Amino acid sequence: MIHISKRVDFTLFKGKAAWMNRFIGWGIRLLAVALSLVVCGVLIYALTKLNPVKVYAVMANGVFGTTRRVWAWLRDLALLLCISVGLAPAFKMRFWNIGAEGQVLVGGIATAACMIYMGGMNIPTPLLLLIMAATSIVAGAIWGIIPALFKARWNTNETLFTLMMNYIAIQLTSYFIPKWEHPKGSNTVGLINAGTQAGWFPSFMSKEALAKLDPNAWYTGLLKNTVGQPYLLNVLIVIAIVLFMFFYLKKSKHGYEIAVVGQSENTARYAAMNVKKVIVRTMTLSGAICGLGGFLAVAGADHTISAATAGGRGFVAIIVAWLAKFNTFVMILISAVLVFLEKGAIAIASEFSLSNDVSHIIKGIILFFILGSEFFINYQIKFTGKSGRRADK
Amino acid sequence: MEEKTNVTAEKKKVTIPRGDPAVEMIGITKTFGSIVANSSVSLSIYHGEILSLLGENGSGKTTLMNMLSGIYFPDAGTIKVNGKAVSIRSPKDAYDLHIGMIHQHFKLVGLLTAAENIMLGLKGKFVLDLKSVRKAVRDICEKYGFDIDPDKKVYDMSVSEKQTLEIVKVLYRGADILILDEPTAVLTPQETQRLFGIIRNMKADGKSIVIITHKLHEVMAVSDRVAVLRKGVYIGDLATKDTNPQQLTDMMVGRAVSLNIERPEPENIRECLKVENLSVVDSEGVTKLQDVSFTAYGGEILGVAGVSGSGQKELLEAVAGLQPAKPGSSIVFTDMDGKTSSLIGKTPMEIKKLGVHLAFVPEDRLGMGLVGDLDIADNMLIRTYTEGNSVFVDMKRPRKLAQEIVKEFEVVTPGITTPVRKLSGGNVQKVLVGREISGNPSLMMSAYAVRGLDINTSYTIYRLMNEQKKRGAAVIYVGEDLDVLLELCDRILVLCAGRISGIVDGRKTTKEEVGLMMTHLPSEEAQA
Repeated sequence: MIHISKRVDFTLFKGKAAWMNRFIGWGIRLLAVALSLVVCGVLIYALTKLNPVKVYAVMANGVFGTTRRVWAWLRDLALLLCISVGLAPAFKMRFWNIGAEGQVLVGGIATAACMIYMGGMNIPTPLLLLIMAATSIVAGAIWGIIPALFKARWNTNETLFTLMMNYIAIQLTSYFIPKWEHPKGSNTVGLINAGTQAGWFPSFMSKEALAKLDPNAWYTGLLKNTVGQPYLLNVLIVIAIVLFMFFYLKKSKHGYEIAVVGQSENTARYAAMNVKKVIVRTMTLSGAICGLGGFLAVAGADHTISAATAGGRGFVAIIVAWLAKFNTFVMILISAVLVFLEKGAIAIASEFSLSNDVSHIIKGIILFFILGSEFFINYQIKFTGKSGRRADK
Repeated sequence: MEEKTNVTAEKKKVTIPRGDPAVEMIGITKTFGSIVANSSVSLSIYHGEILSLLGENGSGKTTLMNMLSGIYFPDAGTIKVNGKAVSIRSPKDAYDLHIGMIHQHFKLVGLLTAAENIMLGLKGKFVLDLKSVRKAVRDICEKYGFDIDPDKKVYDMSVSEKQTLEIVKVLYRGADILILDEPTAVLTPQETQRLFGIIRNMKADGKSIVIITHKLHEVMAVSDRVAVLRKGVYIGDLATKDTNPQQLTDMMVGRAVSLNIERPEPENIRECLKVENLSVVDSEGVTKLQDVSFTAYGGEILGVAGVSGSGQKELLEAVAGLQPAKPGSSIVFTDMDGKTSSLIGKTPMEIKKLGVHLAFVPEDRLGMGLVGDLDIADNMLIRTYTEGNSVFVDMKRPRKLAQEIVKEFEVVTPGITTPVRKLSGGNVQKVLVGREISGNPSLMMSAYAVRGLDINTSYTIYRLMNEQKKRGAAVIYVGEDLDVLLELCDRILVLCAGRISGIVDGRKTTKEEVGLMMTHLPSEEAQA
């Protein structure tokens, strides 16, 4: 007979400090990743007769091979992280916000609208970026506040509600695409302000300024690879959000209210909290940060808008938030791994001219192992001996 | 102190010969994670006896019996039924062995009738044969003296009727060994007497009955033999006629305890809470309280008695601002300085802002009073987190308070950063009560404050209530154990179906009087 029960301690560290148990938990997760790579290797060899080690080398090279690739990885990591952090307060409140996809999209639409309509007004870049950020935040917040109001007022199911808001956002994008179509007939928006780059995230040091530097000085390369890169702003914005959210959830009165409301609305009422207010306020924040994610995606990365701007990140972010147990710093690690897998898998597919689906298979296997390892961390399985006989009748 | 077991009690352990045992449990062990619920317990049940399984909450009584009825499966040990080793892996296996259990929380379908509930889950022909079920039910009722209408819907039944139905259900399925888990917890004294009559009838018919309980006078009243468990360990068994409550308590607790509850004379009485014509209707439109009027005085303990669900919860919640009252209700609070304020129509936040110091220990400790996943220190914050102008919470004071409470009330915990859901029931209650009295309340309300607690912790709670009374606070104590209410409270308010059927003097009334008032309103009596 097999007994499955909730794990209290790892046998190795019975009754020891919590961090030791946490440590072994992370060991199991690492082991799961290693095992998944082995399984992927066997599968790759069986299907394509390619050397798995070579395949993994290509994967690593595809993500970290050049400065440009590293920055592309950082950019995608920042975007996924931003959305995950946005989901954290809602999920901590047990408000199942499945609508990040839509919140990102409306944030993106707002950004694109600003770029298109204000791009020609010669507004100074910092001011324009601020306006764009503000409108994207407002748009995302509206998308978050609507299901929250309904939940607070009529106790509607937020899972269905936020999910359906996604489709409204996608339809809204489809409505704007022909309006902003460029070039005519392409049915895409194309690069917005391709000539002026108005509203695009700038690098902190322009190419001209970098060219003036002494090419032999020790700092030149360093500067070129950091402040000379256009995606540094994405990373900085997200670091700020991560720090803010960490302290907001852990130390602030609002964070305390979120924790209590998430655990039990009755306790929250008992503690004289205004539950409705907390729900609406938290979802406003959640939507706002996801909306800002749309700003990062449009102004900081794609410079265009399409129904695929969010690209499923609103859903992947749910996995990130859950695996990290809403700790924003752990989210950094998990989004880094997921984005690495995503980009690495694409590199494999193009290098060995495999179908794009292979990358999905690899990603799927690795995720399966990571999620599966949580079971072994939280539960223990005991095999009990001979006592398995049926009742004599 | 724990090691100093009452040796005399153990030496008196006797096994009463009664032929071959119907059930033998040998060396049964069951663990949940790191918690050992039963440690190598051996227990026999004989044909035609009434056995009381006595032990404090958390001593593993229910777990042990759940293994007999197929809810749990033992980690180690053997179960023999009529001398044959068996493996009971589901309630169905248990029924096949003629073992049936009546759980504390009834397993009935509200929308179905009694007869339908009885045949639920049984194999049979494609077409329901309700006629023969009805007849069988009537036969069983006649035989043992039950009173049940097979066609009554469960949602129309009182708690006592539901319990009767559960027993009939188990008998219908052919059980010879009946296990009743705390059967009297929900009954009035009169209903309890009726149940005991039925149990005796079943015994006369040759059935074995096991009653899980922690109430000593019931053990003495109904059982032939009593087996005692303590902290998952089998302590021993005694013939009921050879023992007395004090000895059983000592066996149960592991050392000598005094069973007297202190009741100091009220001093410096002042009006604290005046409730007039309070009516409460819940969100489904059901009247929960109707025209309730009473006054609670500082310096006394006002007990509230009633069958569970008679409006006790709504009464306390209405005072705390958690339950809206109907127009025309009035709740006026007078604090220790004589300042009065009306609490009607106020939210908890507004009540707090009025400066009203009320402590409230709700019935649902982890679902309302505390947050299970937060640690002890974080739970201290619940009442005070809004204090100060900072955006951030001040963790210094709650940590200090948590440490004080852990020390003063001897809370067993690895530390103040342990989530409260990991604490045992008694320690959870100590944390909650400790926090509530830390605010020096003028009004202390508690609902079922000792439910599920061991004797020691229960007496600690009584002492704390008395301390609040001596401090001059008005204490409202909602209880279910009439013996305790009669010993602890100065006055007892009796609720019956949301109305007050009377307020009696705790020093003069009797259990029977209060029991009668719990089920009858004075006007009904006059009509009868």
